Amino acid sequence: MGRRRNWLPLGGFLVTLTAFLSYFFYFAYFPTTRDFPWLNLLLFAAGLVLLGGGLRRAFGQPERYRGRISGPVFAALSVLLLGLFVLYTFSFSRQLPAAAAAPRLGAKAPDFSLPDKDGKEVKLSELLQTEGTRWVLLVFYRGYW
Amino acid sequence: MRGFENNLEEFKKRGVRVVAISVDPPARNREHTAKQGYTYTFLSDEKAEVIRRYDLLHEKGGPAGDIARPAEFLIDSTGTVRWVNLTEDYRVRARPEDILKVIDGLRTAEPPDQAE
Repeated sequence: MGRRRNWLPLGGFLVTLTAFLSYFFYFAYFPTTRDFPWLNLLLFAAGLVLLGGGLRRAFGQPERYRGRISGPVFAALSVLLLGLFVLYTFSFSRQLPAAAAAPRLGAKAPDFSLPDKDGKEVKLSELLQTEGTRWVLLVFYRGYW
Repeated sequence: MRGFENNLEEFKKRGVRVVAISVDPPARNREHTAKQGYTYTFLSDEKAEVIRRYDLLHEKGGPAGDIARPAEFLIDSTGTVRWVNLTEDYRVRARPEDILKVIDGLRTAEPPDQAE
Protein backbone atom coordinates (compact mmCIF):
# COMPACT_ATOMS: atom_id res chain seq x y z
CA MET A 1 0.00 0.00 0.00
CA GLY A 2 2.41 2.66 1.19
CA ARG A 3 -0.28 5.31 1.50
CA ARG A 4 0.46 7.91 4.11
CA ARG A 5 -1.83 8.97 6.89
CA ASN A 6 -3.57 12.23 6.14
CA TRP A 7 -3.60 14.29 9.31
CA LEU A 8 -4.96 17.48 7.84
CA PRO A 9 -8.70 16.66 8.03
CA LEU A 10 -8.44 15.61 11.67
CA GLY A 11 -6.24 18.62 12.44
CA GLY A 12 -8.66 20.94 10.71
CA PHE A 13 -11.57 19.48 12.62
CA LEU A 14 -9.76 19.89 15.94
CA VAL A 15 -9.05 23.53 15.12
CA THR A 16 -12.73 24.19 14.31
CA LEU A 17 -13.76 22.36 17.49
CA THR A 18 -11.39 24.64 19.41
CA ALA A 19 -12.83 27.64 17.56
CA PHE A 20 -16.31 26.60 18.69
CA LEU A 21 -15.62 25.71 22.33
CA SER A 22 -13.07 28.42 23.12
CA TYR A 23 -15.71 31.09 22.56
CA PHE A 24 -17.98 29.79 25.29
CA PHE A 25 -15.27 28.81 27.71
CA TYR A 26 -12.85 31.65 27.22
CA PHE A 27 -13.29 34.41 24.66
CA ALA A 28 -16.86 35.26 25.68
CA TYR A 29 -15.46 36.57 28.97
CA PHE A 30 -13.68 39.48 27.28
CA PRO A 31 -15.71 42.21 25.57
CA THR A 32 -13.16 42.68 22.77
CA THR A 33 -13.43 39.05 21.66
CA ARG A 34 -17.06 38.60 22.69
CA ASP A 35 -19.01 41.41 21.06
CA PHE A 36 -17.75 40.51 17.61
CA PRO A 37 -16.20 37.01 17.71
CA TRP A 38 -13.39 37.81 15.26
CA LEU A 39 -10.83 35.55 16.93
CA ASN A 40 -13.12 32.54 16.79
CA LEU A 41 -14.06 33.23 13.19
CA LEU A 42 -10.33 33.39 12.35
CA LEU A 43 -9.84 30.02 14.05
CA PHE A 44 -12.73 28.60 12.04
CA ALA A 45 -11.12 29.92 8.86
CA ALA A 46 -7.79 28.30 9.79
CA GLY A 47 -9.53 25.00 10.47
CA LEU A 48 -11.33 25.08 7.14
CA VAL A 49 -8.08 25.84 5.30
CA LEU A 50 -6.50 22.76 6.88
CA LEU A 51 -9.55 20.69 5.97
CA GLY A 52 -9.46 21.94 2.41
CA GLY A 53 -5.80 20.96 2.14
CA GLY A 54 -6.58 17.54 3.56
CA LEU A 55 -9.41 16.92 1.13
CA ARG A 56 -7.28 18.00 -1.81
CA ARG A 57 -4.63 15.53 -0.78
CA ALA A 58 -7.12 12.72 -0.19
CA PHE A 59 -8.87 13.12 -3.53
CA GLY A 60 -6.09 14.65 -5.63
CA GLN A 61 -3.39 12.13 -4.70
CA PRO A 62 -5.35 9.06 -3.55
CA GLU A 63 -2.36 6.87 -4.32
CA ARG A 64 -0.31 8.73 -1.72
CA TYR A 65 -2.77 9.85 0.93
CA ARG A 66 -5.65 8.38 2.83
CA GLY A 67 -8.70 10.23 4.10
CA ARG A 68 -11.31 9.85 1.41
CA ILE A 69 -13.82 8.74 4.02
CA SER A 70 -12.59 10.46 7.19
CA GLY A 71 -11.90 13.70 5.29
CA PRO A 72 -15.48 14.42 4.23
CA VAL A 73 -16.76 13.30 7.65
CA PHE A 74 -14.48 15.77 9.46
CA ALA A 75 -15.34 18.45 6.91
CA ALA A 76 -19.08 17.94 7.43
CA LEU A 77 -18.69 18.08 11.22
CA SER A 78 -16.63 21.26 10.96
CA VAL A 79 -19.13 22.98 8.69
CA LEU A 80 -21.87 21.97 11.12
CA LEU A 81 -19.93 23.55 14.01
CA LEU A 82 -19.39 26.74 12.03
CA GLY A 83 -23.08 26.82 11.15
CA LEU A 84 -24.11 26.45 14.79
CA PHE A 85 -21.65 29.11 15.86
CA VAL A 86 -22.84 31.64 13.28
CA LEU A 87 -26.45 30.84 14.12
CA TYR A 88 -25.78 31.42 17.81
CA THR A 89 -23.70 34.59 17.54
CA PHE A 90 -25.59 36.29 14.72
CA SER A 91 -29.15 35.16 15.31
CA PHE A 92 -29.99 33.29 18.49
CA SER A 93 -28.47 35.76 20.93
CA ARG A 94 -30.37 38.58 19.21
CA GLN A 95 -33.78 37.09 19.84
CA LEU A 96 -34.66 39.30 22.76
CA PRO A 97 -38.00 40.82 23.76
CA ALA A 98 -38.24 44.49 22.83
CA ALA A 99 -38.61 45.91 26.38
CA ALA A 100 -40.75 48.69 24.93
CA ALA A 101 -42.17 49.63 28.33
CA ALA A 102 -38.84 49.66 30.16
CA PRO A 103 -38.16 52.88 32.13
CA ARG A 104 -36.88 55.50 29.71
CA LEU A 105 -34.43 58.32 30.07
CA GLY A 106 -35.89 60.89 32.47
CA ALA A 107 -38.51 58.49 33.84
CA LYS A 108 -38.76 57.49 37.50
CA ALA A 109 -37.24 54.08 38.10
CA PRO A 110 -39.87 51.88 39.80
CA ASP A 111 -38.91 51.30 43.42
CA PHE A 112 -38.45 47.73 44.61
CA SER A 113 -37.13 45.60 47.44
CA LEU A 114 -35.26 42.35 46.77
CA PRO A 115 -33.13 39.99 48.88
CA ASP A 116 -29.35 40.12 48.52
CA LYS A 117 -27.14 37.03 48.59
CA ASP A 118 -27.54 36.75 52.36
CA GLY A 119 -31.32 37.08 52.19
CA LYS A 120 -31.30 40.67 53.50
CA GLU A 121 -33.89 42.88 51.80
CA VAL A 122 -32.41 45.77 49.82
CA LYS A 123 -34.64 48.64 48.74
CA LEU A 124 -33.76 50.86 45.81
CA SER A 125 -35.08 54.07 47.40
CA GLU A 126 -33.05 53.38 50.54
CA LEU A 127 -29.89 52.75 48.54
CA LEU A 128 -30.38 56.12 46.85
CA GLN A 129 -30.60 57.84 50.25
CA THR A 130 -27.44 56.19 51.56
CA GLU A 131 -24.65 58.56 52.53
CA GLY A 132 -22.02 58.73 49.80
CA THR A 133 -24.25 57.24 47.12
CA ARG A 134 -25.04 59.57 44.23
CA TRP A 135 -26.02 56.97 41.68
CA VAL A 136 -27.29 53.43 41.56
CA LEU A 137 -26.34 51.38 38.52
CA LEU A 138 -28.85 48.58 38.00
CA VAL A 139 -27.41 45.73 35.96
CA PHE A 140 -30.04 43.21 34.91
CA TYR A 141 -28.38 40.00 33.75
CA ARG A 142 -29.48 36.61 32.52
CA GLY A 143 -28.23 34.69 35.54
CA TYR A 144 -26.23 31.54 36.02
CA TRP A 145 -29.11 29.37 37.16
CA MET B 1 -19.89 40.96 35.42
CA ARG B 2 -16.16 40.67 35.89
CA GLY B 3 -15.73 44.09 34.32
CA PHE B 4 -17.81 45.75 37.05
CA GLU B 5 -15.70 44.15 39.76
CA ASN B 6 -12.50 45.23 37.99
CA ASN B 7 -13.77 48.83 37.84
CA LEU B 8 -15.47 48.89 41.23
CA GLU B 9 -13.05 51.42 42.74
CA GLU B 10 -13.77 53.82 39.87
CA PHE B 11 -17.51 53.42 40.42
CA LYS B 12 -17.15 53.95 44.17
CA LYS B 13 -15.07 57.08 43.61
CA ARG B 14 -17.97 58.55 41.65
CA GLY B 15 -20.50 57.56 44.31
CA VAL B 16 -22.00 54.78 42.17
CA ARG B 17 -23.52 51.75 43.83
CA VAL B 18 -23.45 48.79 41.42
CA VAL B 19 -26.42 46.44 41.84
CA ALA B 20 -26.85 43.27 39.77
CA ILE B 21 -30.29 41.68 39.44
CA SER B 22 -31.31 38.29 38.06
CA VAL B 23 -33.69 35.41 38.77
CA ASP B 24 -30.89 33.48 40.50
CA PRO B 25 -31.79 32.63 44.14
CA PRO B 26 -29.67 34.09 46.99
CA ALA B 27 -27.88 30.77 47.51
CA ARG B 28 -26.77 30.77 43.87
CA ASN B 29 -25.58 34.37 44.19
CA ARG B 30 -23.71 33.55 47.38
CA GLU B 31 -21.94 30.68 45.67
CA HIS B 32 -21.25 32.62 42.48
CA THR B 33 -19.94 35.80 44.12
CA ALA B 34 -17.73 33.79 46.48
CA LYS B 35 -16.29 31.77 43.62
CA GLN B 36 -15.70 34.78 41.36
CA GLY B 37 -14.66 37.16 44.13
CA TYR B 38 -17.41 39.67 43.32
CA THR B 39 -17.98 42.19 46.10
CA TYR B 40 -20.79 44.35 44.73
CA THR B 41 -24.47 43.76 45.42
CA PHE B 42 -26.34 40.86 43.83
CA LEU B 43 -30.12 40.80 44.26
CA SER B 44 -32.48 37.89 43.64
CA ASP B 45 -35.72 38.36 41.76
CA GLU B 46 -36.72 34.70 41.69
CA LYS B 47 -40.30 35.36 40.62
CA ALA B 48 -39.16 37.97 38.10
CA GLU B 49 -41.53 40.54 39.61
CA VAL B 50 -39.16 43.49 39.37
CA ILE B 51 -37.89 42.23 36.03
CA ARG B 52 -41.48 42.25 34.80
CA ARG B 53 -42.10 45.73 36.22
CA TYR B 54 -39.08 46.98 34.26
CA ASP B 55 -40.41 45.15 31.18
CA LEU B 56 -37.25 43.09 30.89
CA LEU B 57 -38.80 39.63 31.02
CA HIS B 58 -37.34 37.16 28.56
CA GLU B 59 -39.93 34.39 28.63
CA LYS B 60 -38.43 30.91 28.71
CA GLY B 61 -35.05 32.50 28.02
CA GLY B 62 -33.26 30.14 30.37
CA PRO B 63 -33.32 26.37 30.86
CA ALA B 64 -35.51 26.69 33.94
CA GLY B 65 -37.96 29.25 32.52
CA ASP B 66 -38.25 33.03 32.52
CA ILE B 67 -35.17 35.19 32.97
CA ALA B 68 -34.16 38.83 32.55
CA ARG B 69 -32.92 40.20 29.26
CA PRO B 70 -29.69 42.14 29.85
CA ALA B 71 -30.17 45.86 30.56
CA GLU B 72 -28.39 48.60 32.48
CA PHE B 73 -29.93 51.67 34.14
CA LEU B 74 -28.15 54.56 35.80
CA ILE B 75 -30.38 56.12 38.43
CA ASP B 76 -29.71 59.40 40.21
CA SER B 77 -30.51 60.25 43.82
CA THR B 78 -34.01 61.46 42.91
CA GLY B 79 -34.80 58.03 41.45
CA THR B 80 -34.71 59.30 37.86
CA VAL B 81 -33.22 57.24 35.04
CA ARG B 82 -30.28 59.25 33.69
CA TRP B 83 -28.90 56.67 31.27
CA VAL B 84 -30.22 53.38 29.98
CA ASN B 85 -28.85 50.63 27.77
CA LEU B 86 -31.12 47.97 26.29
CA THR B 87 -28.95 45.70 24.21
CA GLU B 88 -30.31 43.95 21.15
CA ASP B 89 -27.89 41.07 21.53
CA TYR B 90 -27.35 39.48 24.91
CA ARG B 91 -23.72 38.79 24.07
CA VAL B 92 -23.11 42.51 23.63
CA ARG B 93 -23.51 44.44 26.86
CA ALA B 94 -22.50 47.86 28.07
CA ARG B 95 -18.83 48.00 29.03
CA PRO B 96 -18.09 49.37 32.50
CA GLU B 97 -15.45 51.71 31.08
CA ASP B 98 -18.07 53.27 28.80
CA ILE B 99 -20.55 53.65 31.66
CA LEU B 100 -17.87 55.48 33.67
CA LYS B 101 -17.44 57.89 30.78
CA VAL B 102 -21.20 58.48 30.68
CA ILE B 103 -21.19 59.25 34.41
CA ASP B 104 -18.32 61.70 34.01
CA GLY B 105 -20.23 63.39 31.20
CA LEU B 106 -23.36 63.70 33.35
CA ARG B 107 -21.37 65.05 36.28
CA THR B 108 -19.75 67.84 34.30
CA ALA B 109 -23.10 68.75 32.76
CA GLU B 110 -24.60 69.13 36.22
CA PRO B 111 -24.23 72.10 38.57
CA PRO B 112 -22.13 71.15 41.60
CA ASP B 113 -23.95 70.06 44.73
CA GLN B 114 -24.86 72.97 46.97
CA ALA B 115 -23.42 71.24 49.98
CA GLU B 116 -20.01 70.98 48.36
